[in-house]
Amino acid sequence: MSFRILDAGDAALTIEFGNVIDPALLAAVNALDAAIARLLQAGELPGVIETMPTFRSLTVFFDPLATDRDTLLAALQPLVAAAEHGTPVNGRHWRLPVCYEGEAAPDLAEVAQTLGVDAAAVIALHSGTEYLVYMLGFLPGFPFMGDLPERLRLPRRSQPRVRVPAGSVAIATGLTAIYPWESPGGWHLLGRCPVPLFDARRAAPSLLAAGDTVRFNPVSAEECRALEAGLRNGDIDPMQWLLASPAADSLTEDAA
Amino acid sequence: MTTRTELEIVSPGAFASIQDGGRHGHRRIGVPWAGVLDRRLMRIANALAGRAEDAPVIECFDGGLQVAARGGAVKLAVAGDAELEIEGTDGRRQLPPWRSVTLADGEALRIRKMSGGRIATVAIAGLALPPVLGSASTYARAGLGGVDGRALAAGLRLALNDADPWGSDRVLTEPPQTDASPIRLVPGPQADHFSAAALDALVGGDYRVTAEADRMGIRLEGARLEHTGAVEIVSDATVPGSIQVPGAGQPIVLLADAQTAGGYPKIATVITADLGRLAALRPGQRLRFATVSAAEGACIARAAEAGTQALIATIRALPADGIDLIALYTGNLVDGVVHALGAEHRPLY
Repeated sequence: MSFRILDAGDAALTIEFGNVIDPALLAAVNALDAAIARLLQAGELPGVIETMPTFRSLTVFFDPLATDRDTLLAALQPLVAAAEHGTPVNGRHWRLPVCYEGEAAPDLAEVAQTLGVDAAAVIALHSGTEYLVYMLGFLPGFPFMGDLPERLRLPRRSQPRVRVPAGSVAIATGLTAIYPWESPGGWHLLGRCPVPLFDARRAAPSLLAAGDTVRFNPVSAEECRALEAGLRNGDIDPMQWLLASPAADSLTEDAA
Repeated sequence: MTTRTELEIVSPGAFASIQDGGRHGHRRIGVPWAGVLDRRLMRIANALAGRAEDAPVIECFDGGLQVAARGGAVKLAVAGDAELEIEGTDGRRQLPPWRSVTLADGEALRIRKMSGGRIATVAIAGLALPPVLGSASTYARAGLGGVDGRALAAGLRLALNDADPWGSDRVLTEPPQTDASPIRLVPGPQADHFSAAALDALVGGDYRVTAEADRMGIRLEGARLEHTGAVEIVSDATVPGSIQVPGAGQPIVLLADAQTAGGYPKIATVITADLGRLAALRPGQRLRFATVSAAEGACIARAAEAGTQALIATIRALPADGIDLIALYTGNLVDGVVHALGAEHRPLY
């Protein structure tokens, strides 16, 4: 695996391992991220503000008054070389409820028609696959997950929506995502997930983390409303959809 | 019985929100920094009001902000080329910006309009807001920071801690000069997704700020920038200053509230030292870019920091009787000061 160092202005640089979506690239990104985190904790990277891991690259944000590009690169080069042999993160496994019905699924019929299958087949394909959380970004808690089954792959909508409702479960290209917040968006909306993905009051505000895996469990509109109400008034803890953490992996692997 | 001192937002004007130095460390979970668009304005306003340099301030656009002291006197300071008016119990009076002022209970301060740029920053003594993920900055899309995660609205009252509002006021004796030189950028991270002609067009051409200009970013209009390959890339990180180019070839410069990742190639990145004056451009204004290297950008950042510190060092206490500004200025005549006061500011002191 090779890498490139790209300038992102005077206060950030990007270490790019590739330009495609590939779990092997993600492993390198996450290994580099972890190595930098260790140095930061040891106080050995003065001037580094934070890092941003993505599918295929890691961006390092720094204060140009407190460090400089050459000093930083000298410190990072050995870490980059080691990260190229990183192994995939052992994430947590989730099974999140999704309502694929009615108003919650405005693009389901159109997607089915475009793909030449019926809506039930789209739901079966989408909920029958385990997805890897490649990264979080775009909006707070927004998970980029993949890979979609080949038969579900579509380009983005030609006309992006001005308003995608919060909770929308969406697909585009080889990826699926959940919009944690109302926002503009160009993905196809297949359903609605009632579970809040981001809550600043939680110790870990984002429910999902890069390296986690997610499956979707179809629920009815009625069940979805009940879950939403329970989550809102605190009767339901979102952690109930966590199937397994890495330590318990071997015991529950089949449960997913 | 004691009454609580509050600052009432009588009108937020075009747009006003609470911002500070920004919310760092959470881009990895999709949380942009937010924070003031022009750090220098925040630091000057806070220094004038006797506050920590990145304490929360009101950042507002295009004039119209009106705030009033309720339940006690309030000291505040305005940074930015703003035309100010105080509505007191004894009538209205004009006030130059770049100074602090103490509003008596019931008095209001209004930003009539901006005479340069579109951003003003108001520091308020005693303003304390609970940090959310380490910052009071408002990021409305996810309801973070500020007051209830929202922009400021008319009628809202900001509670103020005890702070002595009657201490002597301060003035920035050398306000910043208007700088209309080109906005500097570093090519990349995806300059190689464009033809060489595209980068030449970007730095050689005139661009115009469109009406789509806010805290998220500024959409520009000008020479079309041709992609050489795919118009979309596998999403990677954006930074404040990223110049992303969607398929239509018109650049968008991302700012403090922008999404943390994006799928359009980024031809170049505006340097941190120039982000504030870029964000201050109004819709319709023209701008030019110039190329620098990342290393030159870092030198410029250091020079800009020294410049800001030198400006802040020109802050002086106003005389206790407070009113002979003109004598103060003529005793130490600086072109910039006279300019900032403006011809229409008749001496009312």
